[in-house]
Parts: sequence; structure tokens; C-alpha cells
Amino acid sequence: MSLLTLKSLSKSFGGLAAVNDVSFDVGEGSIIGLIGPNGAGKTTVFNLITGNHRPDVGEIIFNGINITGMPTHRIVSLGIGRTFQTIRLFQNLTVLENVLAGRHARMKSGATGAMLRTPGQKREEQDALARALRELSFVGLHEQANQLARNLSYGNQRLLEIARALATEPRLVILDEPASGMNEQETTLLIDLIRKIRDRMITILLIEHDMSLVMRACERIVVLEYGSKIAEGPPSVIKEDPKVIEAYLGTGD
Amino acid sequence: MNYRFLTYGVVAAILAVAPLFLNAYWVDVLNMIGIYAILALSLNLIVGHAGLFNLGHAAFYAVGAYTAAILNTKFGIPILWLLPASAIAAGLFALIIARPIIHLRGDYLCIATIGAGEIVRIALINDIFGITGGPNGIFGIARPVFFDFVIRRPQDFYYFIWLFVAVTIFFFRRLENSRFGRALNYLREDEVAAEGSGINTTHYKLGCFVLGAAWAGMAGDIFAAKMTIIAPESFNFWESVVMFAIVILGGSGSIPGVLLGSFLFIGLPEVFRDFADARMMIFGLAMIIMMIVRTQGILPQRPRTYPVEIAEKAGVSG
Repeated sequence: MSLLTLKSLSKSFGGLAAVNDVSFDVGEGSIIGLIGPNGAGKTTVFNLITGNHRPDVGEIIFNGINITGMPTHRIVSLGIGRTFQTIRLFQNLTVLENVLAGRHARMKSGATGAMLRTPGQKREEQDALARALRELSFVGLHEQANQLARNLSYGNQRLLEIARALATEPRLVILDEPASGMNEQETTLLIDLIRKIRDRMITILLIEHDMSLVMRACERIVVLEYGSKIAEGPPSVIKEDPKVIEAYLGTGD
Repeated sequence: MNYRFLTYGVVAAILAVAPLFLNAYWVDVLNMIGIYAILALSLNLIVGHAGLFNLGHAAFYAVGAYTAAILNTKFGIPILWLLPASAIAAGLFALIIARPIIHLRGDYLCIATIGAGEIVRIALINDIFGITGGPNGIFGIARPVFFDFVIRRPQDFYYFIWLFVAVTIFFFRRLENSRFGRALNYLREDEVAAEGSGINTTHYKLGCFVLGAAWAGMAGDIFAAKMTIIAPESFNFWESVVMFAIVILGGSGSIPGVLLGSFLFIGLPEVFRDFADARMMIFGLAMIIMMIVRTQGILPQRPRTYPVEIAEKAGVSG
């Protein structure tokens, strides 16, 4: 069953077509990779799904709901979590508070509840704390809960972004180049983590530059070049596709 | 933690007995410190926690003061009963002002708030709707009456004002350590990441403006009751600058910092009154040096701590 459907999305910036008539489906419970050379429009597709940009043409259907042009926070509350290509943590807050940010969408109490510290608000805070700690344990950052986010290593900051996205209780997680800046060993652990996320029945859409990671982790791959989709299929097929090889390596002539 | 608790206790005890040892002049200085503390704490939500530059906070202070003054002098409603009215008027006014400018970033928002502050001041001077009394303002505002007790002398006001400061601290501490308070910090740290984590950033920007303004409006009510006469000059641009400087110098996002900032900013010029003009120059110099050597303020915001161990036992296993 398809959880996310992109229908002929197009988006241009000042006359330059960043994304041109892109359509694909993301099946529930799958791991899908979105690859392409630099400037192929991968991140723009991401930003269209997460509501950071509004498509010029096309529709995005998530879980049967048309989310085209919805504000980002609404899309998050419907069940799409994301990480950022350039790490965007709340650097001066603690690791735990960064994950609590993800819990926000699943909480209700407002300023009045906080000032009066109602029983409901207290329960909600305790629950949020417990669930945030659980997500930290899940990515293995449990020990660092009370450190400031900026004091984490680069690889751990990437893991923290994933924990924050998971804390929103997503049905789909979009990871934007999660392995960039990671060494080989960290990348291998990341692949394990991605599979563990999928085992929780969370669907994963992965943008990645690192071909080895995509080939090892993904079940299906969508290839973009110059904003258009040039190929789609399982890794074994994509690897042999002449158009993909050409896009990555260039032609001989 | 215990050390901090002790500091608070000692400061509170000193403040509780202070009027017994001070003359009326110095009690009045402490009263002004208290009013500025309320104003700066309310501005701290906007500037310190959410990181939104607001240099027009005096406008909300003015709306609260004039609401109380007008309703009291025209209809004889007791000034204490008007606390909620001042809060609502200032909060609504903030909603109207902030709505169209809230999406502006940093410096642009700052300029827009200065404009809003000036509009209010000039409207008051020009006797808008014929109810603000023009440049002379409004006089004959009644004293607050608490059951049968009339709050009149500086000592009476002292306890009234500092009780309000205490209530403000009590509520704002809770607010800081909540979903609301955290959301403001997230949007200060990184607005895109906050929105991407599921936080309705526009809602929280407006929320902190409205709440901060409502609290400043109540400070306005207290100020009107204390002075019995209010005029536009009490709400000029310099007032906004003072509140802003208290927050930044004291420590953005830090209640102890903002309190200390109020004492230093309002109290020190009084202590050094004998030095006449030189005091403002030294004061200005001190501000510049402070910003160079301690950018985050005298007492910066501390990271929140959570009962991790307790939560683990209760939650992680389940």
C-alpha cells in the first residue's frame, strides 16, 4: 500500500526548473532511496514534501490526505518526521530538550496549563520525558541526555536529529544525507539503525550521496537528474541502468 | 542547587524587611525597581526566550496604564479589579500589532516594534478618541483598596509591587519549564528546525507577544495606581530601551539575571546620584564593557535539568 504519493511535482526558482514533473510512490514499511548527482533536485523534492516549499504544479498525498502546501508543523503532526542535510539542532539546549522538541506535536498543554501546573500537564510532561529518553536509548545517546547538543560529536549530532524526528511518532521519516560526514564504521551502524527504524513499522525515505549506503540499505531507488526522474527500481537494476551510470560517470565521448 | 535556593531565600528575606530600615525615598526607588522587574520579566519572554527583538514594549505598558486610568477615572471601577482589564487590553493590542509584523526577522521586527511604540506615544499625546488627556495625561486615579486597607504610602506599595514580582516569578518559572517555554527556546535557536520538529512557530511568536504584553499591561495598572497621574512621557522610547537593556545585560532568558539587571539598571543611577552627569557616562561605559566581555549577560540562562533517573524507572522499561 502506498503511504506517500508524489504526483507530477514541478517547482522552479527564478526560471530554473529545480524539480520537473516528478512522480513516485513510497510504499508503507519500505526503505526508499532518492539519489542523483549534485543539484539534481533531491533536497527540493524533500522540501516540497515537508512543506518548506510549495510546488508550482502537482500534488502530494500522504496517508490519503492531500498535504500540498500545508504548513510544515501540520505535516509533522500528520506523521512525517525529517532530518536536515546541514545539521540543524538546537545547539544551546540539552540533548534531551532537543528530543523533547519532537514530542511537542504530540502534546497539548499551553501557557495556562503550565502556569497552573494542572495534573494533566504534569502527566503529559512526565510522559514526554519518558518517551524522549526512550528515543535517546534507541539511537544510543542515552548517556549524553543532559549535555548540550553542541558538545556532541558530528556523528552523534546526526543521530540526535534522527531521535528528534522519531520522537514526533512519524509514520514516514525523511533522512537528508544522514551519512554525510560519517566514517565507514559509523555508516555501518547507521544502516543497522535505519533497519531498526523500519522494524518499528516506520517508512523511510532516504536522500543520499553515498552510493554504497543507498545500495546496501534501500529496497527501491529513485534517481533524479536535472530535476527529472530518470530511473526507478531495486538497487540491482539501478546499478546496471545505463542512464544512471551516465548521470554519475558521464559519457565516454 | 542548594546554594541557589539559599541565595533566593536571603534575597527574599532582605527584601521583606527592607522598608523597616529605609526612608520613603529609597523605598520608592525599590518600588520602581519592582515595576521594572515586572516589565523586564514580561519582555524576557519575548526577547530572552523567543529571541524576538522588541523595542516597543513601553506601548503595551502604556495601553495597560491608560486602560486602568480611563476606566477608573470615568467609571470609578477599583484599580485592583482593573488588573485583568489592563492585561486583556494590552494583550489584544499586542495581537493586533504583532499579527502583521510577526513574520519579520531580527532587525526588521525590531524597527517595526519601535514604530508601533511611537504610534502609541503620539496617539496618546494627541488625545486620541478624546479620552487620553493629551500631553497632560490623566490625573486623579484612585489608590488601590485591599478590602478596607488603602494602599497609599510607599511602604504599602512596596509590599504590593514586590508581591506581584513574586507571583510573576512563580508563574514564569513554571512557564519556562514547560512545553510553552521550551517551544520559545526552540524557535530562538533555529526557527526552521523548530517548525520541522512540529512546532507552530507563528502561534508561539504571537503567544509570547500577547502574554508578555498582557503582563506589561498589568505593570501599567500598578504604575497608574502608584502615581495617580499618568502622562505619555512615562511611556516613551527610552522606557522600551531600558527594559530591553535590562534583559540583555542581566541575562537573556534568565529570571535571576533579569531581576539583577533591574536592580543595577534602576538602582545604581540612584546610588550614584551625587556624581550627577558623570554617572550616566560611567553607566554607558559599563554597558559597553559588559557587552564585550560577557555577551550572554551577567547571569545567563542555565540549561534546564530533568529528573532523568526517575523518568527512566517509570517509563523506559514500559
